[in-house]
Amino acid sequence: MTEPLVQVRGLKVHFPIRKGLILARQTGTVRAVDGVDLDIEAGRTLGLVGESGCGKSTLGRAMLRLAPVTEGSVVFDGTDVATLEREALRSMRQNMQMVFQDPLASLNPRQSVETILTEPLRAHGIAYDSSRVRELLELVGLPSAAAQKYPHEFSGGQRQRIGIARAIALEPRFVIADEPVSALDVSIQAQVLNLLEDLQQELGLTYLVIAHDLAVVRHVADDVAVMYLGGIVEQAASDDLYSTPMHPYTKALMSAVPVPDPRVEETRERIILQGDLPSPANPPSGCRFHSRCPFRQETRCDDERPELVEVRPGHTVACHWVEEINSGQIRPHELTPDTVVQLEGHS
Amino acid sequence: MTGAHDQPLLSVRDLSVRFGLKGQRQVAAVDEVSLDIWPGQHVALVGESGSGKSVTSLAVMGLLPDRGVEVGGEVLYRGEDLLTKSPKEMAGLRGSEIAMVFQDPMTSLNPVITVGVQLTEVLLRHLQVSKAEARERAVELLGRVGIPDPARRLREYPHQLSGGMRQRVLIAIALACEPKLLIADEPTTALDVTIQAQVLEVLKDLVADTDAALLMITHDLGVVAGLCDDVNVMYSGRIVESTNRNRLFANPRHPYTGGLLASIPRLDSPRGAPLTPIPGSPTQTLPWTSACAFAPRCGNRVEACTERAPALEATGDRDLRCFNPLADADLTGAAR
Ligand SMILES: Nc1ncnc2c1ncn2[C@@H]1O[C@H](COP(=O)(O)OP(=O)(O)OP(=O)(O)O)[C@@H](O)[C@H]1O
Ligand SMILES: Nc1ncnc2c1ncn2[C@@H]1O[C@H](COP(=O)(O)OP(=O)(O)OP(=O)(O)O)[C@@H](O)[C@H]1O
Ligand code: SF4
Ligand SMILES: [Mg+2]
Ligand SMILES: [Mg+2]
Repeated sequence: MTEPLVQVRGLKVHFPIRKGLILARQTGTVRAVDGVDLDIEAGRTLGLVGESGCGKSTLGRAMLRLAPVTEGSVVFDGTDVATLEREALRSMRQNMQMVFQDPLASLNPRQSVETILTEPLRAHGIAYDSSRVRELLELVGLPSAAAQKYPHEFSGGQRQRIGIARAIALEPRFVIADEPVSALDVSIQAQVLNLLEDLQQELGLTYLVIAHDLAVVRHVADDVAVMYLGGIVEQAASDDLYSTPMHPYTKALMSAVPVPDPRVEETRERIILQGDLPSPANPPSGCRFHSRCPFRQETRCDDERPELVEVRPGHTVACHWVEEINSGQIRPHELTPDTVVQLEGHS
Repeated sequence: MTGAHDQPLLSVRDLSVRFGLKGQRQVAAVDEVSLDIWPGQHVALVGESGSGKSVTSLAVMGLLPDRGVEVGGEVLYRGEDLLTKSPKEMAGLRGSEIAMVFQDPMTSLNPVITVGVQLTEVLLRHLQVSKAEARERAVELLGRVGIPDPARRLREYPHQLSGGMRQRVLIAIALACEPKLLIADEPTTALDVTIQAQVLEVLKDLVADTDAALLMITHDLGVVAGLCDDVNVMYSGRIVESTNRNRLFANPRHPYTGGLLASIPRLDSPRGAPLTPIPGSPTQTLPWTSACAFAPRCGNRVEACTERAPALEATGDRDLRCFNPLADADLTGAAR
């Protein structure tokens, strides 16, 4: 097997919670990312899914050093990005770019599209002419006349194309797309998803696609990692993960996604989780999922944090009871609201 | 349908809503909208952002601002036109007969009043109960929507609850007086999927228990597929296709409905299955006067489409607003 292009090991991003204005005392810690391992192979797309606040964006940002790394390593093509100093980091960033969720907020409204697209080139001291702008626009399916326009003159889908063009301007090898379509109307999401796929083919890109929508990830990803409260609970090839989800959280997450087909909706079994996502400032002990897990057992779940273990070739799961659950030896129990340990509600 | 109902519970006829002060240029947000909801029936109104779904529901509830808005048509509730009712009469109907749940519970809950007071207030206003009885009912209602430790939660303020819990509180308030009709405007759009599943389950159960009819407003065809009997698809302020759920999903006939279904990634479709996007993007103006508003994006466009506006017509098993609809597939073969 070849070395993955990107290797994340034991990555932690902790944000201090401070109280007091003058003598800011640290009163707690938000464990936004709390020990993540990930492998992304060259030319492939890893989808990262999980619910709001589980740490997806922070993980993606930390991989590009846009969020502070508390601990751990992010090895890109043999170099640990997490410890790089300024100049080396700057030149490394040419290879690693990001596409953001909200195209309007991430584009400067006072800059023309041409200025937006060439800014990264200027920042890295790369010579260019107007043919490069035309080329970039063509790659993302915009007319060359777009160069002289401003972001507000475009629709949401077109703005996301501009964001993508900016991300590929430096010919990066690795692109992180954070919720690239979730701000777009459903009828145009497919345009942008197809564009990302075409660009991958054409430019040989490696992607990390972050999304809360499992169907979107199903469509674009070769491999999928499922995140819960700062940690990865399951990772596998997309086909494996979607056909045989093994972690209780993945099972519940998948069963919760509505499918636009009445025949499917009427026959599928839904695992309804009780309670809310606990706060990353005060995560449950042991398995982070134990407060909502329909399979939780008396032993181990509450006090021992499960590690990601390869349960089948290429399929890793972090659950003490994964074998017993998937062989049917352990059945889910009905959780009533009152049996749920109510952890500090997040809001 | 059980029992003999001789008229729909709610019948919206030719509803139009125009914004803009008199004398100035008016903008139509909703036009020619007609739909029926029978007692106990679950009806969906789907469409993309800006298509006019919320404006339609606000018009039905009598909640549009009274200045700078012109509302036309009829909103018949049990045969009586709500558009002719006084604000006081409407206030009496809201909550007791027709209730509403909005997308953002924070805007519909009062931040400085406890959940308990907000819930018992509704009960006291509409039902002949004592304060103690109302409190007891409130505890029971919160329990029914799956809120743990309801007695404690009643003493809390909205910001102390998570988004999913707030939405469940709103559902509890909406269904407290067992209204005949619940209008839910994107009630789960702001929530995570596992929380969405919880809330939809609660909504489904409560609506079934109380026999209420449901008007579900959403952009998510997945939510519709599991919940609604009839579906109305809206585009640019007008209904373009209206039929029962199974027909709509198995055999969409308006090119917009078909396009929408072909462009949504599905959890259960194989990886690499192509997505066929609808080209272009929805227009914010409503060019229905001289053409079909969907024409610029439509793969089925014929000459007529850009010459005049299609009318909503009953064609066989559904209402369609289209000059050249998609083929009427044999439904037995359409199963995929
Ligand atoms: N700069 C920061 N300071 C303190 N806490 C932060 C900071 N950035 C993120 N967090 C917290 O870290 C946790 C993870 O946030 P993050 O944005 O990574 O989640 P996410 O999975 O991307 O969620 P979403 O799907 O809503 O985008 C959240 O609880 C968030 O409030
Ligand atoms: N008070 C108002 N004044 C002027 N225009 C308005 C007003 N309220 C809504 N509109 C316009 O009416 C149109 C329909 O809006 P509406 O809120 O009904 O859309 P929607 O289908 O509910 O969309 P979404 O999915 O984003 O909620 C929009 O173009 C909107 O800008
Ligand atoms: S370790 Fe226990 S609590 Fe965690 S997912 Fe497995 S069974 Fe559930
Ligand atoms: Mg995020
Ligand atoms: Mg709306």
